[in-house]
Amino acid sequence: MAKTELNFKGMSCPMPIMKTAMAFKKAASGDIFEAVCDDPAFEADIRAWSKETGNILQSVSKSGKDTTAVIVKK
Amino acid sequence: MDSNALSKTVQELGDRVAALEHKNSNMTMVLFSGDFDKVMAAFIIANGALAMGKEVTMFVTFWGLDAFKKPTLSTKGKKILEKMVLWMRPKDPTKLPTSKMNFAGIGPKLFQYMMGKKNVEPLPSLIEMSMEFGLKVIACQMSMDVMGIAKDDLMDGIEVGGVAAFLSSSFDSNTTLFI
Repeated sequence: MAKTELNFKGMSCPMPIMKTAMAFKKAASGDIFEAVCDDPAFEADIRAWSKETGNILQSVSKSGKDTTAVIVKK
Repeated sequence: MDSNALSKTVQELGDRVAALEHKNSNMTMVLFSGDFDKVMAAFIIANGALAMGKEVTMFVTFWGLDAFKKPTLSTKGKKILEKMVLWMRPKDPTKLPTSKMNFAGIGPKLFQYMMGKKNVEPLPSLIEMSMEFGLKVIACQMSMDVMGIAKDDLMDGIEVGGVAAFLSSSFDSNTTLFI
């Protein structure tokens, strides 16, 4: 299945998780999202958000300042 | 224990678990402060909880009401003391003072400039977003009366209530914050 890309670069707390929540509201179960963000708090926040909402955090990777998270809608 | 009694017990346990899970999905906040920095913190937390799928109720009292005033608020027809209080308070959420380093109103401008540089979402936008996400706002009728604020002076979509409305929401939540 195709991944939907979410670009959160330049955003700061709480916008990345707000935008994630907005994208997931419209999504169907099994939809895959790839979110990129350069806010250092993003990794902790996306982990907490996934844990709390029950969505599946498939992977988190870092490259330079960017954190990329792959999340699947439950 | 016969099977009837057993199924009744299971049903009761199911109901109690459901009630606990419901509690787990609620958060209640009291917004008492009208300081820009504290209101900012309140709305970042409220938006975060809404994004995490929680139902959030914000009980707004005393100075917190300043964050929900309509910019069009007029003192026309109000009593003289009410007018005085309204004249001395910020007119709307864009004019709130900071709790520290206010410097007669220069502080908030400075912080707003610095927050803009760091791409922090401005307060009016955070307020609007939280309302769109379903934030339930209950304005304290008693402090509205004291300050001469009518329901129409506050943003649309706000309910009014008293301490019982706040407590009922708080008892039904597993997190309550006072800001």
